[in-house]
Amino acid sequence: MTTQAVRPGSTATAPDEAEVRAALDASWGRPVGLLGWISTVDHKDVARRYLVTAFVFFILGGLDAALMRIQLARPENRFLTPDQYNQLFTVHGTTMMFLFAVPVMTAMGLYFVPLMIGARNVSFPRLNNYGYWVYLIGGVLLYVSLFVNSAPDTGWFSYVPLAGPGYTPGKRADIYAQTVTFTEISALITAVEIIVTVFKHRAPGMTLNRIPLFVWAMLVTSFMILFAMPWVATASLFLAADRLIATHFFNPAEGGDPMLWQHLFWFFGHPEVYIIFIPALGMISSILATFTRREVFGYPVMVLSLVATGFLGFGLWVHHMFATGIPQLGQSYFTAASAMIAIPSGVQIFCWIATLWVGRPRWTVPMLYATAFVVLFLIGGLSGVMVASVPFDLQVHDTYFVVAHLHYVLLGGAVFPLFGAFYYWFPKITGRMLDERLGRWQFGLFFAGVNLTFFPMHYLGLHGMPRRVYTYLLESGWGDLNLLATAGAVTIAASVLLFILNVVRALRAGPLAGNDPWGGETLEWLAESPPRPYNFAFQPVVQGRAALWSRTPDAPVVVGLRTDMREVLVTTVMDAAPDNRHRHPDPDRMPFVAALATGVLFISLVFTPWGLPVGALLLAVPMILWGWPNEEDNEKQRRQERETVT
Amino acid sequence: MIEWSGLHSALDPFGPQAARVHGLWRFLWIVSLAVYVLVIAALAWAALRRRTPAEADPTPRPAAEVAGPALRTTIVGATVATVLILFVFLVVDLATGRPLTAAPRGGRGALEIEVTGHQWWWQVEYPSSRPDLRVVTANEIHVPTGRPVVVTLTSTDVIHSFWPPSLVGKRDMIPGEKTSVWFQADTPGVYRGQCAEFCGYQHAKMAFQIVAEPAEQFERWMARQRDSARTPADSLALRGQEVFLATSCVMCHTVRGTPAGSRIGPDLTHLASRRTIAAGSLPNTRGALAGWIVDPQSIKPGTRMPSNQIEPDDLQALLAYLESLK
Amino acid sequence: MRGATRALAAAVVLAAATALSACERETRRFSEQPPAAAPVSAVVMSDLQPGPSTPDLPMRSAYEENAWAVGEGKRLYGAFNCSGCHANGGGGIGPPLMDEAWIYGDAPENIFATIVEGRPNGMPSFRGRLGNQQVWQLVAYVRSLSGKVAKDVAPGRSDHMYVSPQEQETRDTTPVRSSTPPGAVTP
Repeated sequence: MTTQAVRPGSTATAPDEAEVRAALDASWGRPVGLLGWISTVDHKDVARRYLVTAFVFFILGGLDAALMRIQLARPENRFLTPDQYNQLFTVHGTTMMFLFAVPVMTAMGLYFVPLMIGARNVSFPRLNNYGYWVYLIGGVLLYVSLFVNSAPDTGWFSYVPLAGPGYTPGKRADIYAQTVTFTEISALITAVEIIVTVFKHRAPGMTLNRIPLFVWAMLVTSFMILFAMPWVATASLFLAADRLIATHFFNPAEGGDPMLWQHLFWFFGHPEVYIIFIPALGMISSILATFTRREVFGYPVMVLSLVATGFLGFGLWVHHMFATGIPQLGQSYFTAASAMIAIPSGVQIFCWIATLWVGRPRWTVPMLYATAFVVLFLIGGLSGVMVASVPFDLQVHDTYFVVAHLHYVLLGGAVFPLFGAFYYWFPKITGRMLDERLGRWQFGLFFAGVNLTFFPMHYLGLHGMPRRVYTYLLESGWGDLNLLATAGAVTIAASVLLFILNVVRALRAGPLAGNDPWGGETLEWLAESPPRPYNFAFQPVVQGRAALWSRTPDAPVVVGLRTDMREVLVTTVMDAAPDNRHRHPDPDRMPFVAALATGVLFISLVFTPWGLPVGALLLAVPMILWGWPNEEDNEKQRRQERETVT
Repeated sequence: MIEWSGLHSALDPFGPQAARVHGLWRFLWIVSLAVYVLVIAALAWAALRRRTPAEADPTPRPAAEVAGPALRTTIVGATVATVLILFVFLVVDLATGRPLTAAPRGGRGALEIEVTGHQWWWQVEYPSSRPDLRVVTANEIHVPTGRPVVVTLTSTDVIHSFWPPSLVGKRDMIPGEKTSVWFQADTPGVYRGQCAEFCGYQHAKMAFQIVAEPAEQFERWMARQRDSARTPADSLALRGQEVFLATSCVMCHTVRGTPAGSRIGPDLTHLASRRTIAAGSLPNTRGALAGWIVDPQSIKPGTRMPSNQIEPDDLQALLAYLESLK
Repeated sequence: MRGATRALAAAVVLAAATALSACERETRRFSEQPPAAAPVSAVVMSDLQPGPSTPDLPMRSAYEENAWAVGEGKRLYGAFNCSGCHANGGGGIGPPLMDEAWIYGDAPENIFATIVEGRPNGMPSFRGRLGNQQVWQLVAYVRSLSGKVAKDVAPGRSDHMYVSPQEQETRDTTPVRSSTPPGAVTP
C-alpha cells in the first residue's frame, strides 16, 4: 500500500478511477430490501436514522411543551389534570435531554467526523448499528408509556423519595429508569465510536494539530460521555433496585440517603448539558470558517477551551443542590468553578468575533443561526453566572428564572447552532439545497419565538413562580407573562413547521447541491453529496489545518486499499502516519437482533427481577452469534492477510 | 380572593436577607447588561463593518494570518477583563453570602420554629421546654417583627422546600435530615411563601403565609394558640362538634380540647384564626370551607383529604363549629 | 423508506402490546363513587341455602388492579393505626393479615364488611368514619399483604424502617402470630 502522487488524467501508474469506484460500489454496497436496511454497517445510514429519530423526538417533546404551555396560559386552567401535567413535563424533559439533544449531537458526529478526518467509516460499524436500535427502543418505551398513562411523572431528574417505592406507585418510575438505561448505552457506544475513529482512522497527514475544531468538539464530548453516563446508569440502577427488590439505597430509615440520588444524578447531569453544548461549539466553528472564508482565529486556544470546558464541567454539579443545606465552604468551591467555566466559553466567543472581524461574511441562513447563537447564548451564560452565586440561587433555584436560563443556553447555545448545522450540512447529507428565503423566515420566527417564550420567565421566577407547577392562582399576577410565553411557544411551533416544510420541499424538488456548494474548508466537502458508502474512493492526504483550502492541485491520495472487500486504513494516533490495513465487517443482522434482546432484557426488568437472568441469557445468544465465524468471512480474512495488492 | 399583598417576590424584599440578595441582584444584572452590550456591540461591529478590498478578499486564509496585533491584544484584554469581572463577582458574592448564613445575633435571641413538610401542607410548631407552652398550627406562621427567626426544617415524606421570597432564599426540607434557615421580618405584613421542590400532585398549591406583627400582638396570638378549643355555647356549633367527632373529620385532624387527636392532617384547633385554608389556596371563608370539605378533590386533585358525603344540615352545623375555632 | 416505516411500526406494536396492561394499573382516580352497596349485601354469614345451591359469583375488586389505590391503602393502613392491632400484617392483638387464614373470608366484599361493620372480639366499625373509596383502598391493600394482588400492582418497600417484606414479594403463608386474641375463632 502506498501513498503516491497522482495527477488527474495520468495513466501510467494511476489505477483506473472509474474501475476503482465501481468495485468499491459493489463491495461497500448494502443488500436491498428490509433485511439490508436493518443490517447496514454504513455510518451515514446509522447517523441519518439517529438524526431523523431525534428530530421526531424533538417534535414530540415540543408537543409536550405546547400542551404544558396551553395549561399554563391562564391561571387555574383546567386543560390538564395535575397528573397529566406531571407526566407531560417529565416526558418533555426526558425526551429533550435523553432522546433528542444528546443523540442528535452524537449523530452529527457519527455522520461528519469520519468524513472530516478522511476516513471511510467509524471503527466499529456493527456496534454503531446496534446502538441506534437500542436508542430507538428506549424512546419508543417512553412514548408508549405516555399513551397508556404509565409515563414517569416525577421530573426528568426524578428525585427520591418522590420517585421511590413509597411515593410513586405502579411502574412509572421504573419505565424512567429503563429509558435512561437504553439511551445511556446508546450514548456510550457513540462515544466509543468517535474516540477510536478519531484516534485511529484519520487520513495521513492529519496530525493532532490539524484536526478540525468540530472533530475536537466531538472528541471532548465523547470523553465526557464516557465519564458522565455511567453515573446516571448507577443512579437509575439503584432506583430500580429500591423499587423492585427492596434495597435501601435511598431510604434514610435504613441507612440510605435521598441526597445520594442527587449527587449521582447531578454528577452526570451537569456534564450532560456540556455534552449537548460542546458539539454545538464545534458546529459554530465550522459554519463561521466557511462563511467568513477564514480559518477560525486562535486554533490552539480554541482547542484548549474545549478541553477545559470538558474538564471543568465535571466540577460544578453541586450548584444544582445549593438549597439542600450543604456546608457553605463546599458550596463556595462550586460557585467559583461555575463562574470559572465562563472563561473558556468567553474566550471562544472572542475568537469567533475576531474571525468574523477579519473575514468576509456571507449572510446565509447557517450564518444567521451562528450569529443568533452568540446573542442568545450570552443571555443564558450571563444568567448562569448569576445563579452560580449561592445567595442569589437560593432565591431563584427551582423557579422560572432557571427555566429561562436553561432554555437560553440549550436553545440558544445548542439548538440554534444545530439548526445552522442542519442548513449547512443538509446539502451534503441529501444532495439538495434547502430554500434560503424560507430558511430566513424560519430563522426569524424561531428567534422571535424563543425570546418571546423565555425572556419573560426571568421576571416570573424573580417574582416567585416556582417550577413544575401545573397551575397558579389568579392573585399571583403571573397570568399575563405566562400568556405571552404561550404565544411565544406557538411562534416556535410555527417555525418548526416551516422547517419541516422546507425539508420536504427540498427533498422533493430542491436544487442539486454538488460536492461543495459553500466552499468549505473541511474534507467532507471533497466527497460527493450524498457521499458514497465508502466516502472517498481515494482518501486524501492532508496538507494543512484547513484540509480543503490547503489542498494543492497535486495533492497525494491514498491508493492501494483493496476494492474487493471492505478495507480501511488505520493510522497512528499522534501523526496519522499509515500504520495498518483493517478489514471491516459486511452488513450483519445480528446487531438488530441483539438490540431486540436488549430491549426484552431491560423492559422485563421494569416488571420483574427475573428479567435479569432470563434476559441476559437471551441476549447472550445474538451476542455470541455476532462474533461467530463463518466460512465466507474466514475466506475473506485469509485473502486479505495473504494477498497483497499489486 | 386571597390577599396577596404583592409580598411574594425576590424583588420586593422585606427582611435583611432578601434585601442583601436584592442588592446583589442589582449588581449582577447591571454588570451582565454591560458585558452583554459590549459583546453584542463587538459582534455587530465585526459583522457589519465596512471592509477594505484587501480585507474583503474571498480567498480562504487563516484568520491568524490576517489579524493584526491589535486584534490579538483586544482578545487578550477581553479575556483578562472576563477573569477580573468574574473575580469581582466572586468577591461580591462571598461578601453577600457570609452574613446571610451566619447565625443571627438578636437582642432577645432568636425565635425558634419547626416547620415540617407534608404532602401538601405545612406543619408549624413553636417548641418549648415546657409542654404547656408549645404551639402547633398549620400553614400560617406568625413572627414578631424585628427579631430573628430560626426555622428548623424537615419532611415526613418527600423533599419539599421552604421559600418566602420577600424574606429569605429557600431551603430544602429533606426526610431523614434537619436543615435550617433564619430570617427576620422588619416590617409588619403578610408574606407569602410556596413550596419550591417538586413534591407531587399538589406541589403547585402548597403555599404558606408568614404574618409579621409587633411583639405584643405576636405574644397575644401565641397565648390564644396555646389555648385548647372551648366547648361551643351555640347549639348549632355544638351539633357541629358532634358531627366533627362522629364522622371522618376525627380520623385525620386534631382539635385540642376534644377527643380528636389524629396528626395525619393539619391541626384545626384554631382554624378560624387563619387567613387561608387548604395550604394557601383558598380564602378562609364559609363558602370556600364548605366547598373544600365536601369535595377537596375537585379543588386540589390528588390531595390527601378525601371527598366527604355529608348531609346539608350537618354541613351547616359543622361550618358553624369550625368558625367557632378562633 | 418503506422498510423504515415498517420496522418502526413493528417496533411500536411490539412495545404497545407489552405496555397495554398498564391502563388500569396506572390510573389515578382521585374522586369517584365506587360500587359499595351491591357487594356488601352479597355477603352471607352461612353456607346453608334453601333449595339448590347457586354458585358464588366471584367479585373482583377493581382496586386490586390499580397500583395507586393499593398504595393509598398502604398509606391509610399506617395513618389510621391498623398496625396498632395487626402490626404490619403479622398480627398481635388482632389476627395476622399476611397469612392464608381468614376468619371472616378473604373476598374483597368480606374485608369491606369487616372494616365497615366491625367484628366481634375487637375489630372496630369504621362506618361513617371512612368514605367508601378509602375503605376499598384499604381492602385492596389488605389483600396485597397476603400476596393476592399482582406483583406489578403491589407496593414496593416503604420508606420507613424495614418491618416487613415488601408486598411485591409476599405470598400466602401459614399463620404468624405472637398470641391468640381472646375468644377468637381458631382457623
